[in-house]
Amino acid sequence: MKSKFISLILILIFLITFVIFFKGLKNSNIYTPDTNLKKEVPSFKLKSFEDNSIVISEKIFKDNDYYFMNIWASWCIPCKEEHKFLMELKKDDKIELIGFNYKDKFTNASNFLKDLGNPYDIILSDKDGTASIEWGAYGVPESFLVYQNKIIKRFIGPINNEDLLEIQKIIR
Amino acid sequence: MKFINIFLIVAIILNFNFLKADEIKTENKIAKNLRCLICQGQSVYDSDSEFAISLKLVIKNKIQEGLSEDQIYNFLKMKYGEWILYDPIFNRNTYFLWLLPILIFLAGGAIIIKRFYNKK
Repeated sequence: MKSKFISLILILIFLITFVIFFKGLKNSNIYTPDTNLKKEVPSFKLKSFEDNSIVISEKIFKDNDYYFMNIWASWCIPCKEEHKFLMELKKDDKIELIGFNYKDKFTNASNFLKDLGNPYDIILSDKDGTASIEWGAYGVPESFLVYQNKIIKRFIGPINNEDLLEIQKIIR
Repeated sequence: MKFINIFLIVAIILNFNFLKADEIKTENKIAKNLRCLICQGQSVYDSDSEFAISLKLVIKNKIQEGLSEDQIYNFLKMKYGEWILYDPIFNRNTYFLWLLPILIFLAGGAIIIKRFYNKK
């Protein structure tokens, strides 16, 4: 009777563990951040890309405008891919594009913009990548849609045509 | 007088060194407890990815700003979620994770004690 009880418990424990691990197999172990967060825009102080003057975040983000904050670098190949969509987005005057030049050399970055066009209204240089961390970013390219000082949507990786349409739909 | 001055200067320099060493120690400790989000199976401390390099710099700056270890963890948790911490926080999802080893330990102890008394 007693040994039966113990073996029953053992089988039960085994089954429970099996189910847990089996379920765990399907969980993604890659970092997948929430893309629909209503987070405040972090405050930062960065050098402007063109003339090295210091820019504060409070001066950029005004209340009733949409802003598209895009982290890019000339060394990042997916950034070239999304560039045409940024140029497309630039045509819309309801949204202002802000570029975060991430860990880049000035000459390379300005050549990049010369070759492909400059979609940004303001470019800031994030030389050591610390300001991007404040945004919760972890790679390039990454973009944030900002409205009323809140991040309303986040785009990880290069934006595509669908993302572009979605943004245009939101800001309309 | 001169001797005292020299002594004081040396003492101050040595003190600064201690401070710095402490900072680097906590810096490394924090970096070791953080998961590098873009590289699998590595801590921020071990990684040389752009993300990890920047994150280490952020940790360093935060320590210099006077934030405590817990405050830095909280800051990063706010930015990246709980996944960045290697130490899972005790909550509804992790009860089992935290309590299972204790339960097994207690059960094992109970078995040993039972055997011991039975022999007697």
